[in-house]
Amino acid sequence: MTSNVNLGLTNVGPETHPLTWRYTKSGKAVLDIKEYEALEGYAALKKAVAMPQADVQAEVKAANLRGRGGAGFPTGIKWSLIPMGPDAGQKYLVCNADEMEPGTFKDRMLMEELPHQLVEAMILAAYAIGATKGYIFLRGEYILAGQRLTAAIDQAKAAGYIGDNLLGTDFSFELHVHLGAGRYICGEETALINCLEGRRANPRTKPPFPQQAGAWGKPTIVNNVETLMNIPAILLRGPDWFKGLSQGKSPDAGTKMYGISGRAKITGLWELPIGTTGRELLYTHGGGMADGYELMCWLPGGASTDFLMPEHLDLAMDYDTIMKAGSRMGTALIMVVDDKQNIISAVRNLEQFFARESCGWCTPCRDGLPWTVKILESIEAGEGQEGDISTLQQLTRFLGPGKTFCAHAPGAMEPLQSALKFFPAEFTKGIKAKA
Amino acid sequence: MATIHVDGKSYDVNGSDNLLEACLTLGLDIPYFCWHPALGSVGACRQCAVKQFNDENDTRGRLVMSCMTPANDKTYIAIKDEEAKSFRKSVVEWLMTNHPHDCPVCAEGGHCHLQDMTVMTGHNTRRYRFTKRTHINQDLGPFVNHEMNRCIACYRCVRYYDDYAGGKDFGVYGAHDNVYFGRPESGDLESEFSGNLTEVCPTGVFTDKTHADHYTRKWDMQFAPSVCQSCSVGCNTSPGERYGEIRRIENRFNGSVNQYFLCDRGRFGYGYVNREDRPTKPRLASSSQVFTIDSALDQAADLLRSAKRVVGIGSPRASLETNFALANLVGSGNVSYGVSAEEQALNGLVYKVLKEGSVTTPNLRDIEKADTVLVLGEDITQTAPRLALAVRQAAKTLAFKMAAAKKVPEWNAAPIKNIVQSEKSPIYIASVTATRLDDVAASTTRSSAADIARLGFAVANIIDSSSPAVAGLSSEQTEQAQAIAAGLLAADKPLIVSGTGLKSQAIIQAAANIAYALKFRGKEVGIALTLLEANSLGTALLNTQGGESIEAILTAVRDGAADGLVVVENDLYQRAPAELVDAALKAAKVVLVLDHHSTKIVDKAHFVLPASSFAEGDGTLVNMEGRAQRFFQVFDASYYKPEKLIREGWRWLHAIKSTLDNKIVDWTVLDDVTASLASSNSALSAIAGAAPDSKLRIHGSRIAREPRRYSGRTAMRANISVHEVRQPQDQDSAMSYSMEGISGPTNNSQLIPFAWAPGWNSPQAWNKFQDEVGGSLRAGDPGVRLLEPAASAHYFTEIPTSVEGLQSAPLYHIFGSDEQSARSEVLATRVPAAYVGVSTSDAQSLGLANGQNAEVIVNGSIFIAPVKVIAELAVGVIGVPVLAGLPRVSSGAAVSLKGGA
Repeated sequence: MTSNVNLGLTNVGPETHPLTWRYTKSGKAVLDIKEYEALEGYAALKKAVAMPQADVQAEVKAANLRGRGGAGFPTGIKWSLIPMGPDAGQKYLVCNADEMEPGTFKDRMLMEELPHQLVEAMILAAYAIGATKGYIFLRGEYILAGQRLTAAIDQAKAAGYIGDNLLGTDFSFELHVHLGAGRYICGEETALINCLEGRRANPRTKPPFPQQAGAWGKPTIVNNVETLMNIPAILLRGPDWFKGLSQGKSPDAGTKMYGISGRAKITGLWELPIGTTGRELLYTHGGGMADGYELMCWLPGGASTDFLMPEHLDLAMDYDTIMKAGSRMGTALIMVVDDKQNIISAVRNLEQFFARESCGWCTPCRDGLPWTVKILESIEAGEGQEGDISTLQQLTRFLGPGKTFCAHAPGAMEPLQSALKFFPAEFTKGIKAKA
Repeated sequence: MATIHVDGKSYDVNGSDNLLEACLTLGLDIPYFCWHPALGSVGACRQCAVKQFNDENDTRGRLVMSCMTPANDKTYIAIKDEEAKSFRKSVVEWLMTNHPHDCPVCAEGGHCHLQDMTVMTGHNTRRYRFTKRTHINQDLGPFVNHEMNRCIACYRCVRYYDDYAGGKDFGVYGAHDNVYFGRPESGDLESEFSGNLTEVCPTGVFTDKTHADHYTRKWDMQFAPSVCQSCSVGCNTSPGERYGEIRRIENRFNGSVNQYFLCDRGRFGYGYVNREDRPTKPRLASSSQVFTIDSALDQAADLLRSAKRVVGIGSPRASLETNFALANLVGSGNVSYGVSAEEQALNGLVYKVLKEGSVTTPNLRDIEKADTVLVLGEDITQTAPRLALAVRQAAKTLAFKMAAAKKVPEWNAAPIKNIVQSEKSPIYIASVTATRLDDVAASTTRSSAADIARLGFAVANIIDSSSPAVAGLSSEQTEQAQAIAAGLLAADKPLIVSGTGLKSQAIIQAAANIAYALKFRGKEVGIALTLLEANSLGTALLNTQGGESIEAILTAVRDGAADGLVVVENDLYQRAPAELVDAALKAAKVVLVLDHHSTKIVDKAHFVLPASSFAEGDGTLVNMEGRAQRFFQVFDASYYKPEKLIREGWRWLHAIKSTLDNKIVDWTVLDDVTASLASSNSALSAIAGAAPDSKLRIHGSRIAREPRRYSGRTAMRANISVHEVRQPQDQDSAMSYSMEGISGPTNNSQLIPFAWAPGWNSPQAWNKFQDEVGGSLRAGDPGVRLLEPAASAHYFTEIPTSVEGLQSAPLYHIFGSDEQSARSEVLATRVPAAYVGVSTSDAQSLGLANGQNAEVIVNGSIFIAPVKVIAELAVGVIGVPVLAGLPRVSSGAAVSLKGGA
């Protein structure tokens, strides 16, 4: 994995790269707790547990940290919805580490190289919300991350960061790594909770939201890996510093893990100020397209985002700007599609993934996605029939937001609807002329 | 209350429902699949989408699932919105991508919710042209057929079977468009309520396998409102008939009794009606004489005239009317209502508790709302199964409370499950052996009947110290009693459940004492006491005007005090000692038997008259709640086979009496009998109100027993005569034996033969007959309650002592312990073989191994049966199953047991 990680940056430090500076500085994974402590490790935790919980929450809220799993929901607001006080009872903190979005590999790198940073962030966040139990719900295939996180948790326990009355406070916390069994839908936070409980990984009805009734019916916060790993630095350096990290490129705060896959010269991951443009990412850091290939279009943040065109490269990659352009920033790991690629095949491939990963709960997703795939296969083979395109268009509407039980099918429709918009001729080409 | 605005019109609704429920209650059709009134909403199928607007000025709106959206005040929605209509049509189109085109050969066709919804949404052209996914089906046993290719994945089955009925052997497997609903592997469905899958499933995945053997489309069957005869709960049923055969039993909605669900005994145990060996013609012993009705009456009268004194034995499986007619024939001092002295006393005790006690018996719907339950002694899953399903729901009242604290309404099923996790409202069970409710029990204790009663008395004494105390309890028993008492006292609506199953008066008295004590402590307490048969409580009510035990009548015959015996719908061997029955039959000069079963008594009768089963006659039963309910004739057997001379017991008996008295028959219709009974017995004065009388007309018409599309009527008797005869005329009810008459929701009476409404052919049509979906029938739930409690009651004071040594206890089986349904071929496959149950430690000390034959002596009877070692059986208790061929035992009788070869 590390070979894919290409941070490629100089002048890296805690002031500018809160997520990855320790890795860059060390030149390798920071696995030993002593080494992590020597790099400001657990300093934020120590600072936080000396503060009232409400103040810790206020810092995170003030920092305008937005969820890095893809939806961009403000973390501070999410936290503020969880009941606090002596009557709140058992609460849980869950880290969503079920990273399975096609083309996305940021959480893997962060967990494999900097497991302690996630552990510290979990303890700190748990303290802030008063959760005495934490779970890292880890994608089953992330075996190395699992080993390293488990080792880090053991070290943290031995060092007194995890356990009863940790660091001399009256706060107690236990932390577990739970391996998923490889379903994309487990990245949906309520399906994740069901799965954690040992139930089928179907998303849950909302409301009630996990903050009211989550894991085992108790108030629960689910945060993404990258989101959590920003928090120690926010506590150490303050919300104003964090907001300044975007260097005016975006109203959003902090840095973001950006990445490239596809036929670029250099693929990999970079921690950059949030709001960095696609052009800077692809041409400055990725070295541009591979020789002999032109950029046809790109997915800004995983398979469940709408295609953007080359003219969108100058947009700031932040949540609201990409949204306005008709897509979503998603995980911000872009997938570049070159001019030699058949777009129908690409979309069919993505839809096959989504059809397979549907949990089977609601009708549009369960039965609409396989139909989508079959029509695309037909068009790909030049066997499309009249009406297929309008059927696809209707599917993109009726599998869209608000009509399905969760966001899985709407996500699946994003690449399709944008492909239909940008490349109508490619679809028409696959329709067999009437005999 | 709330005002909602639908398609530009304003409606007042109750505000606690979701929009789907509110609209259906208003009579506005919205198609749906995954929602079910008993199972709530989960938002899976997306079929019930409507457009919701923010306010009256919002023209854009957004699609919402009506089942998942509360019907709050000032809600603006459009059902007729074009996008919503188009989306709903698409949902069916998606479902149809995998649903086969097999309606013509599908058993569900014609009462299929999927067909109805497909028509309702207007999906009629399929754009999908690719392959369909297929599944391998399972053999789910003799009751339910499995055809997974038809599955539309609404998840109702698994939500019903697992979440509602507590099944453990059924689930959903797989993902995406390959979800599979079934068992882990082929095998009999273990739930006692598996048959409801056939009605819960909106299409033909789960269908009635017993029906498949003599299949008829719903529209080609003739129906009547009926009442199950298999236990004392009295579930309402809708039997379907064709060509003189009952083809299936469907649930008939009664919001106060069974609501949407039946047990498998009630649903699949109808086969006895269709048996070839039933008596269908009058039969004179050792004669081949052919009788008409009149010559049969003359024959019966002649025989009875030849006797010096005629006595009669009725039956707890016969209607009130038939038992009453028997009493009228033989005279009240000469009649038994067909139960042993022991059972008569037990039934009388139940009547006394219900009538003279201070505690009411809730109906099944209210039982579901009890927040703490004590089941004392009775194994209700085996003796009154539908009650057990209701008690299982009571375990969920805590879930609704916990959900309400998080502002989650009762219909929002999935979050409730998440919130409550494994917590349950407390259910305490004291029994002689394991029961099928143990999985939801807060605690179970197993002991002998006497010790169960002592525990009960102790609980009552803790709740109210003025109730009698129990001496000599062990510290363990005291602790148990304290825990149960504390639980009951912590409840708002506790419920005490017991019954006559263990044949222990002390247990019923103890249950009553607990209920009285809770009432004294100000609780909104209920008591539910089960009895052994469909009309056991009815016979207890008849007994208020005198009635002998079966032994007393038989003894009188044996000893020559009487020489004429009329036996009505009673296999005496099931209810009295064989030697006494044999001696009485031998001594009697005249034995006249009326029955619809071919019993040994029928074989030994001098003259047999064919009585009707529930399918060919009308009558009234009183269930355990004290609710009188009327069942109506489904078909006229002689229409198809004129040689069949089947008549209701009461009709035969009254006609015989009239013949004897040389008078004209004055009970010409059922209403005459019920009126006569009501006026002669104050305990039964209200029974006319059990159902509408025969004069009812709706818009001037009778109610049709046959659906409008009933086919083949004119050719139905062509094998007999090409001349079409007039349809049978029904004098006894307001229904016709015809498709002519009122069908569907314009029938706003309680007399609903089958669920159907225009566009609604499946059981989901019941929502068209209800005051609100899932509520009560618009005309009120059928039946009339005869018993309400007194203001105060006296405690029972006789506390039994523990019994030492090996002692008997009857063990019940849902399939087998009911005499009638056990005669059904299909059910017989599920009846256990005879055995004698021995606890593990007793088996050890007696040196008995599992499966080894043992000789058992109990109550003076000897029998040999294989030993079944039952780990959960209380030590010292020898379990004797209530099955044909084994003697009936009481609880606490001394047993001797020795191993044989």
